[in-house]
This record gives sequence, C-alpha cells and structure tokens, in this order.
Amino acid sequence: MSNDTMATPAVNKQNSQSKIIGEHILEIVSDSGEGAQKCGQSFASISAKMGNGVWTVEIIPAEIQPPARTREGASGIRIRVGSKKITNMGNEADLLVAFNEQVPYSRIVQHAYREGTIMLLEKKWATSKSEEIREKYASAVKDFKNQGIDVREIPMEEECLKLVKNPRKGKNMWVLGMLCYIYQRNIERAEQQVRYVFRKKTVEIIDTNLDLLKAGYRWAADNLDLKYEVPTIPTEEKLVVMNGNEAIGMGVLAAGIEVVSMYPITPATSASHYLAEVLEKSGGLVHQAEDEIAAIGFAIGASYAGKTAITITSGPGIALKTEFIGLAAMAEVPLVIVDVQRGGPSTGLPTKVEQGDLLAVLYGQPGDSPKIVLAASTIEECFQFIVLARKLAETFRIPVFVLTDANLATGQQPFPRPKVQKDWFSPPIDQSPWKEGVKPFDWNPETGLSRRPIPGQSGGIYTLTGLAHNEEGIVSYNPDNNQKTSELRSRKLATINKTLKPPSIHGEESGDLLIVGWGSTLGAIEEAVDQAIELGAKVSSIHLRFLSPMEPGLKKIFSQFKKVLSVEINYSDSSNDPYIDNENRRYSQLAWILRAQTLVDIDCFSNVKGQPLQPKDILAKIKEELDVK
Amino acid sequence: MFGLKHDIACDIPDKYYSLEDYEKAVPRWCPGCGDHAVLTNIQKLCREKQLDPAKTVFVSGIGCSSRFPHYMKTYGFHGLHGRAFPVASGIKFRRPDLDVFVITGDGDCCSIGAGAWMHAIRYNINMTVMLFNNEIYGLTKNQTSPTSRIGTKSNTSPRGSILPPINPLQTTLGISNVSFVAQTVDWNPAHLYATLNAAHEHKGFSFVHIVQRCPVFQPDLVDEFKSGKDAFYLIKNNDGIVLDENAEKTFKNSVEHDHTDINAARNLAEDENGKFYLGLLYQNKDADCYDDYGAHNMGFTAEQKMEVLNEELDKRAI
Repeated sequence: MSNDTMATPAVNKQNSQSKIIGEHILEIVSDSGEGAQKCGQSFASISAKMGNGVWTVEIIPAEIQPPARTREGASGIRIRVGSKKITNMGNEADLLVAFNEQVPYSRIVQHAYREGTIMLLEKKWATSKSEEIREKYASAVKDFKNQGIDVREIPMEEECLKLVKNPRKGKNMWVLGMLCYIYQRNIERAEQQVRYVFRKKTVEIIDTNLDLLKAGYRWAADNLDLKYEVPTIPTEEKLVVMNGNEAIGMGVLAAGIEVVSMYPITPATSASHYLAEVLEKSGGLVHQAEDEIAAIGFAIGASYAGKTAITITSGPGIALKTEFIGLAAMAEVPLVIVDVQRGGPSTGLPTKVEQGDLLAVLYGQPGDSPKIVLAASTIEECFQFIVLARKLAETFRIPVFVLTDANLATGQQPFPRPKVQKDWFSPPIDQSPWKEGVKPFDWNPETGLSRRPIPGQSGGIYTLTGLAHNEEGIVSYNPDNNQKTSELRSRKLATINKTLKPPSIHGEESGDLLIVGWGSTLGAIEEAVDQAIELGAKVSSIHLRFLSPMEPGLKKIFSQFKKVLSVEINYSDSSNDPYIDNENRRYSQLAWILRAQTLVDIDCFSNVKGQPLQPKDILAKIKEELDVK
Repeated sequence: MFGLKHDIACDIPDKYYSLEDYEKAVPRWCPGCGDHAVLTNIQKLCREKQLDPAKTVFVSGIGCSSRFPHYMKTYGFHGLHGRAFPVASGIKFRRPDLDVFVITGDGDCCSIGAGAWMHAIRYNINMTVMLFNNEIYGLTKNQTSPTSRIGTKSNTSPRGSILPPINPLQTTLGISNVSFVAQTVDWNPAHLYATLNAAHEHKGFSFVHIVQRCPVFQPDLVDEFKSGKDAFYLIKNNDGIVLDENAEKTFKNSVEHDHTDINAARNLAEDENGKFYLGLLYQNKDADCYDDYGAHNMGFTAEQKMEVLNEELDKRAI
C-alpha cells in the first residue's frame, strides 16, 4: 500500500515490454451520458473478435441523467477479458478508467477494487475553476491512494480538446484508443468497430471519432508504461457475441414467434427494442400494450388465435400479469413469458440483478397453476430457451416461463454461432377441419396432453373459459370433474419430468459439499468450485435449468454429499444471525423448494446486494464450510 | 338450396346457417333480463349475414352478460374481469379473417377494465363491441356500478350511492381515434337489430351502448323505461341507422343529427336531462385501424425467417 499522499507522480513513458497476462478485469466509470458503456462494449467486441474470452457487466444508474459528479449517478461497464472462455464478472478489477473522482466511490462501496488496482483518472478537475471541485478532487485522490489504488492522472479532456470543441462527446473514443494501446488491441479492428458503432451517423462524426481513437492510442503509446498482452487462443469455431436481451430477441426470431406483446420495464425492455427493429422484416410485430396486464392479455389472445405469442417483462410486471398467467394455465393456452429479474420487492432495484422471482413465478397464482419454468444460465441459453419454450408451450398447451436476470440482460459473451434449423420455426396456423368426435380438451389420461382447436377450424368450435370446465370446454362445477381436470393439468409436468435427464455434476459425484445453483450464477459457482478443488476441497456443483418440473434424480445426487448448499442471489436469513434459529429461518428461494421436495436439510448462501455473485465470495463460503485454507 | 333468396341466384353457398347453427346452451340469465334480447338479435344477425361459425369469435370479460359466448355456437373466449379488450385485440391483430365480437358490462368495461377500454378505442381494431349497461353489478349480487345513478341503493351503498355516474358515450367520444358510437335499448328489437347491424358493418371499433334492464336488482329502472317513452329520442339520419316506418312509430320523439360531427355527437352524449338518444351518434370511416398494421406482414415462410435470423447472427459474428 502506497503511503505517498503527496503530489501524484507524473505518467512517464518507459520502454517497457508488454506483460503477458491470462486475464484482466477493467472498468470504465463516468457520469451518465459520457459514453462509458459504448466505450466498454466496443472494447469487448474488439477483444472478442481478436479471439479473447469476454464477459461484460453494465453499471447502470436508475435515472437517465442523474446529477453530474455524484457517487450514486455513476454509469459504466466492467469487462473481464481473458485467454480462455470467461463465464462471469470475476472479483476485483485490475484497472479502472474514471471520468471524474466521485464516480469510483459507487464501485468502492461494492468492493470492486483492491490494493494495486490501477486507476486512470481524468485530471482536469485538479485545475477546475471551482475551488470546491479542486478540493474534492485532491481529497479523493489522497483517499484512493490510502486505499492502495495506483492512481494515474490522465489529461483526457486536454488531449481531446486538441481535436474537438466539446469533449463530453468523444472522450469515450479517446479512452477506447488508450485502452486499445494498453491491451495491445489491433487498431484496424478498433477502427472497424468505431465505424460500426457510428454507422447511422454522418461521415464527419465517424471521422472525428476515428481521430479521437487514434489520438488516444498514440497518447498512451507515448506516455504510459502500461502494456498488457492477453494471448488469444485461435478457434476454428464460428462465434457470435451479444447480450442476453439481444439473445432473447434472436430466440424469438428463431422460434418463429410473430407477436411480441410488452410494456416497457427495466431491465427487460431492450429485448423489445431489438425486436422492434428486426421482427417486422421477419414477419412478426412488437405490440407495446397500455399496461402489463393488457400486454399478456393481448399475447394470450394472439396465442388463442393460432400462433404462440410471447410477453417479455420483469418482476413487477409478473406481479401484474398473475391473473392472466392463471388463465393460461387453467384454459391451457400456450404462451411464452420472459422474466428478466431485477431486485425486489416492489420497485426495488430496477437496474440490478436478483433471482428473486422464482417463488412468485412458481406459486404466484391463486389455486394450482401448473406451468413450465426454465432458467437460462448463459447468454447462449437465453437464445436456446426461447426456441425450446415455444415448442414446449405448444406441445404441452401450457404457459412457459424463461427466467433470466439483469446480469444476463446486459452482459455480453461470445458463444458458438447457432446453426439455424428449419424445425425451430413455428408452423403456419392449422386451419384444417377439426377431427370429428375429438373434444376441445381431449385429455390423454396418462400424459394430460390434448390438442387445441384454433379459430377457423371447422368442427372445433368451443368456448375457452377460465371457469372450471369439462372435456367439451363447458363450465362444470362438478366436484369430481374439478379434481380430475386439476390432476390432468398437473400430470403434464410429471410427463415432462420423465423425459428429462438428471443434471450433470460439475466435479466428483460424491464429496463433502454439493453446491446447487440456477440462472446467471453458473460461471461464478463453477469457477469457485474449480479453485476450491485445486485447494483440496471435496466440492462439486449442479446447476438447474428446469425449475418446473424439477429435474429428476436430485435426491439421489444429494445423498452422495455430506452437505448440500444452494447459492443464489435472493434473500435468506443468515444462520449466523442471533435472532435466527432453525424454526424461524427463512431460506433462499431454490432452497425452500429443494428442502420441500427432497426432505434433505439443504442450507443456503445468498444475498441481495444487487450485484452478480463473485467467485471469491463463493470460494470463501466453501472454505468456511469445509475448513479449507 | 334452403334459404337461398330468389333474387340472388349466382352464389350458392355450401351451407346455409340457420338460427340453430348459432344456438348453444340454454341461457341461464334471469327471466326478464335484457341479455336474452341481445342474444336473440345477435344470432339473427349471424344468420342474416351467414357468418361462418368457425370464423366468428365472441370474447367477453366477467359478469352476467359476459356469459354470452357460452350461448353461441361459435368460437368463444370467456376470459378475465375487465380484460376482454386486450384479448380480443390480440385475437384480431393477426387474424383479419376472423369476425370478432366483444361483450362487456358496465362493471367490466367502465370500472375494472376502464384502462383497457380507453386504449381499445384508440387502437380501433375491427370488432363489434356491445356494452350491456344495466347500471348495477348483478353476478356478484347487487353492488353499485360506476354507471349507477346518484342515490342508487345497493349492498355497497345501502343509503344510496353518492358519486355521479360515468357516461360511457361521453367517455368513448372523448378518446382519440374513436370511430363508431351508437346507442340502443334491449327492449326495442327493431332498433337493437338495426344498431347491431350497423356496428357490424362498420370497419373499426364499433361501440354499441345498450341501455339495459335488470329486473332483479334495478326493478325501478325497468318501470321507468317502460313508462318513460318521452325520454327516448330516435336519432334520424338517412346515412345512419335507418328504421322502417313501423319501427319509427314506436318513438314519440326524434332528433336530426349529423353523425360525422363529433362535437354534435358529444353534445347529444352530454345531454343528461333524462334523455336517451338512440341510434348512431358518431362515425368516422377513415380512422386508422391498428389491425391493418397488424396484418401487413403475415405469411412469411420458415425459409424467409431463417434468412433474417442468419443475417442477424452474421452481424454479431466474430
């Protein structure tokens, strides 16, 4: 830790060789609107295209334009870049670019940095006309150094002013240039990327940004002694890179879904932005409804009329849609519902990650409302699960949830380019005459399955109702009928369960500790487990994709471990809490279900800090559980 | 050949649909309820227009009148309280070949479904909408509705309701892109039929406000309607809803009205001195229909969709 709180050392060019590193985590933080995310996304794309593994996490304030130079208003991005495939956001950052001295504090409270983290800090505030700003700057720099952060003051604005009048726009591209030098990115690829980012702008704007990019690169080459090389591992496999919400959008295209009915809600909306741009040319449309309830009602109407529709939302939207979800389950209307989870309850943490909707999705409706629930654990699965969900919805005549979260929604990761298959796409609406004698709810007593008539099919006429009904679709309050039809709707889940494989085990099939996870924590859990195994711990993990019906074989897997621990991003009472005992402890959401289902005394490790779980936190928990040093 | 009119001998349909082809279960509404009359006239309308039952969908919410789809031998959707409009909109959005009718009540439309009502008017999707307004909640057993008059005694306002009622005509005429607003009563079959027919003919969101009797919970209103013939004014306009002479004679009063003039329509709707103007209040045949947009890019093949997806994936290739 540096105790040098005197003047910041000037940055000097030294003839250093580049340092070869396996991976690095960098962050760019700025005031909202200064383009840190665009800069970081571009950097991630360039890196991915060069053959590095990347994972990005956006740092998003809840407001569009929060006050400048405030700690809460920080906007930015984290990029973890490595030689191998990167599956999560990692631990503390190695390098940070800050556009002012206040915004890093929003990340310091998240423990995003460590001793030795390099901070490239805009130095214009040191010479601000405002005494208050000058003082704040000096005091923050001193504070950063006391924390062991390696502060390097960078004349970002000063350099940009040589090229543009208003550096607020464009500073991000200068920074991109600087980073491209530091990480030895291919400058031609970077130029291509800048051209792509500004493809809708004028030639003048593109040229200015290219000039800024090159200026940042040159300045870094002349003035910085930072130079890293993250070796790329060439692969023959074709890759694509996108964020989770775009992957959902592409999944919608791939499923052949033609109606997307939504209401704007953070962090789900960008999936619909993407679809609003592309779906029309693929023979579909996005309907922005008047509210969340109407959005799902419209989707159910479209599904009823022949083509399975999708509605995309987040937790508060799910709460509003509850009654319609029950109708879809009761009346057996196929439907795909995406829940991009955020922090709750209520409005909660709109831009932050949480896995807090699982119980609401599973049990949120009055009465028994069987539905399929899938949880995507990677960006690739965001794509695949939409295709799968559409098929399941139609085959099983049931609502299907796809759970993702704010971490997947805005995170970017390369994955193998899907090989597009014709049978992914939904067939045209069946308008052939309905087979005579077949009832509208012709349930197979063994599977609960039945085919549904679609308006336009002669001979298939029926009235869909949310009231209890018999095979003819006719309202029935008969006690035995309600018992029987409830069993049949539930049986569909048992039928699916029988088709599923038990989850694969990451690590040995038996041991001291088994971690169970679901959703976006996959990468962090497996990284922590791998590290713990290297330290000698007998730990393994499984990751669930199906949460309703539950995947088979869990109890048998659990029986091979001394202890089972669920790791989640949602609330649970800590067993260390003095007010908490075995009788009143409230568990994390998956743990509740697994405990009930398997009668195994499953423990849980979870928090609601609005951040993706870091491998180091999970590793610390494993060490604590297993007494490994 | 049964039912084929002698004056149109060119198109011989495969099948002639008779009234029985549209009749399903025996309605379970109370004797004397206005719903029966509407059902009968709708079935008649279906027969007259020879609507294909397989291409016709009746959508409703929850309430006495929302049981309607169960009594029609067509496709039906008896959904959630207040949510008939979003469902009907979703059905019609990409199915221009379907004929969609919506049945809603005063609680369903003007109270729990008011938000969706407003936007359904604005979407102006081609559907025939019937608001059965009996000014009371019947199915839940006699509660005040948003259209109940001040002083209405019910289980939720035993000393008489205190809020002024919503005027559904005024509300509908206040929304942008409104395209068809008419009013009729359940006990004048000729006028009821003519109004439903005009609504069905109109392309867009055809809103028919049906002044209706509930003999069980609003018996006083039934008496008032019966004795108060002076209160009902027939809207006369040769381009609007036209009755034959005998039917016209059932009205003591009439008024000339231009149904293309929205201000005139609003004036009629707001004339609340105990008068009911029956007929076509407003029509705009040129209002934009959202379902035209909905149906503009249908029928893409899997190959076409694959091409777009491949392009999109290539844009993100590394």
